[in-house]
Amino acid sequence: MALSLPSSAGTSAPKDPAARPDMSLRRKRTRHRWKVLAFLSPWLIGFSVFFGYPLIATVYFSFMHYNQIKSPTFVGLKNWKYVLEQMPLFGPALWNTIWLVVVMVALRVVFGLGIGLLVTKIKTGVGFFRTAFYLPYLAPPVAATVAFVFLLNPSTGPVDQVLGWLGIHGPTWFNDPHWAKPSLVLLSLWGIGDLMVIFMASLLDVPKEQYEAADLDGAGAWTKFRFVTWPSITPIVLFAVVTGVVQTMQYYTQALVAGKIASGVSIGPGSVVQPGYPDHSTLTVPQLVYQLGFQNFNTGAACVLSLVLFVIAMAVTLLLMRKGAGLIPAED
Amino acid sequence: MATTTLNPPRTVRAPASGGRDAGAHRRRRFLQWVAVHALAIAAALFFVLPFVFVFLTSVMSDQQALTSDLWPRSWHWSNYSTVFHTPGFLTWWKNSLMYAVLGTVFTVVSSTPVAYALAKFRFKGRRTAMILVISTMMLPPQVIVIPMYLVWAQQFHLSGSLWPLIIPMAFGDAYSIFLLRQFLLTIPNEYIESAKVDGCGELRTLLRVVVPMAKPGIAAVALFQFFYCWNDYFGPQIYASQNPGAWTLSYGLESFKSAHSVNWNITMAATLLVMAPVILVFFFAQKAFVEGVTLTGVKG
Repeated sequence: MALSLPSSAGTSAPKDPAARPDMSLRRKRTRHRWKVLAFLSPWLIGFSVFFGYPLIATVYFSFMHYNQIKSPTFVGLKNWKYVLEQMPLFGPALWNTIWLVVVMVALRVVFGLGIGLLVTKIKTGVGFFRTAFYLPYLAPPVAATVAFVFLLNPSTGPVDQVLGWLGIHGPTWFNDPHWAKPSLVLLSLWGIGDLMVIFMASLLDVPKEQYEAADLDGAGAWTKFRFVTWPSITPIVLFAVVTGVVQTMQYYTQALVAGKIASGVSIGPGSVVQPGYPDHSTLTVPQLVYQLGFQNFNTGAACVLSLVLFVIAMAVTLLLMRKGAGLIPAED
Repeated sequence: MATTTLNPPRTVRAPASGGRDAGAHRRRRFLQWVAVHALAIAAALFFVLPFVFVFLTSVMSDQQALTSDLWPRSWHWSNYSTVFHTPGFLTWWKNSLMYAVLGTVFTVVSSTPVAYALAKFRFKGRRTAMILVISTMMLPPQVIVIPMYLVWAQQFHLSGSLWPLIIPMAFGDAYSIFLLRQFLLTIPNEYIESAKVDGCGELRTLLRVVVPMAKPGIAAVALFQFFYCWNDYFGPQIYASQNPGAWTLSYGLESFKSAHSVNWNITMAATLLVMAPVILVFFFAQKAFVEGVTLTGVKG
């Protein structure tokens, strides 16, 4: 304190070496503000036009009856009551989305961590195994889904064929309401590459000395995992869980394509096929938004459902910001 | 002997002195090697066999593709030319490429200055802006799709094309902004300050100093965006479904199963052809890709 006194009491020399002496502080501030605005401008425009506006419009349409031909008419809370109380498909869609969020995210994190651990233990042929484990993640979702519907095709598909050799009578997978969602989970485990890389990186970051110290104490494999590995990878596990939840709430393409292809309806993708085959077991909330808005032209109900999805997604995102999860640095 | 393998040695110095202990140690390491690699091979089968089965079916004859056979009796490479001769396939290929290339260029050009500002400028509301970016990144695209579709279809008459998907990418993409910002944070401020001392304005600093240093990050973001566009199904479904001339490969692939309703062989050949470009790009840009995936999990 005492040491810093003389300089602060004396001259108030400009701390910024680049500052020009002739420019007043206010002018400099205005300049800085315009500079920030200029650099942010693409996003500022994009955010207001392609996010802010449609969000407000969604709220507006949720109180309107609108079939996209005649002009909208105000109907108050009718759409809200319809979606939340009467619509028969809302319950199944919400249930399926929650089921997928819980089961898919849990299994993906456990499997991804397992594969990540396995890769760090491999001594021979690491490059080959890492690429083999990673590659399916790159397969375009539609292509991967079409491939899996073929692989899991009842009776003639390769998987049921191989199971048959082992004396197991395979299920009918995408054609059975009880097996359709587990089949989608299997597909998501095939594309584990993203989590594998994240976990691998964090596992390699665990300080080696800590393992050596644990070895000195005679710790077994489980004890080492529990007390050395786990504490240092928990932020990444949390990150994987939260982003997994967010992604799975948007689950759309795989479920829709699997349902359409497995149903065997031979009409083009431009045609109207009710999503959710078999028996609404693969219907998710985003698919229901599509069905209401673009197949039934019930704009009001579709917007209500969009807002329900928005509120749930926002709640999860806020949790993510609060918990940190490594997304926003503390010093920011 | 058995007891030594069961109980791990209490002290690390012990094995070096006794030959018996060293042998047990080596044997344990060998068994561990066998166990790990057996597990790795089993896992590799799970990841690789689907590709193998898809490939084997893609070269089967029409008749054989209907059976449960796994190995082709004769190899019908002509299935692949059948795919290319399917009406629309080349158009979809071209559309996918246009969507992916333009989308990637627009995204990188518009997101880089935003990410730079969020990473290196100090200003009021920076944290709020960051939170808004992350929020838009997290939101399901279905939340805002209905009014967006109505605007593009009714005001701009652009439904039936891919432009409603490409144009917004010229105005920054939340995910790309977030990833780029994470990368730019790792660039030391000294480089930027010394560029300014040398008389560079902000734009020149960005283009001459920051962008060259951020090449790996930009490459990763570009790759991600390219793959996102190439894989996108929801967007083309909303805006292009009425017009088969505007379909992309990801969207059109589904119609193969319909057009060749019973022929899994043609559908599987088309499936592999849709996967091929992405996997090829991966092998050429493996490093940038892994960098990008790691970046998503790196703490800010």
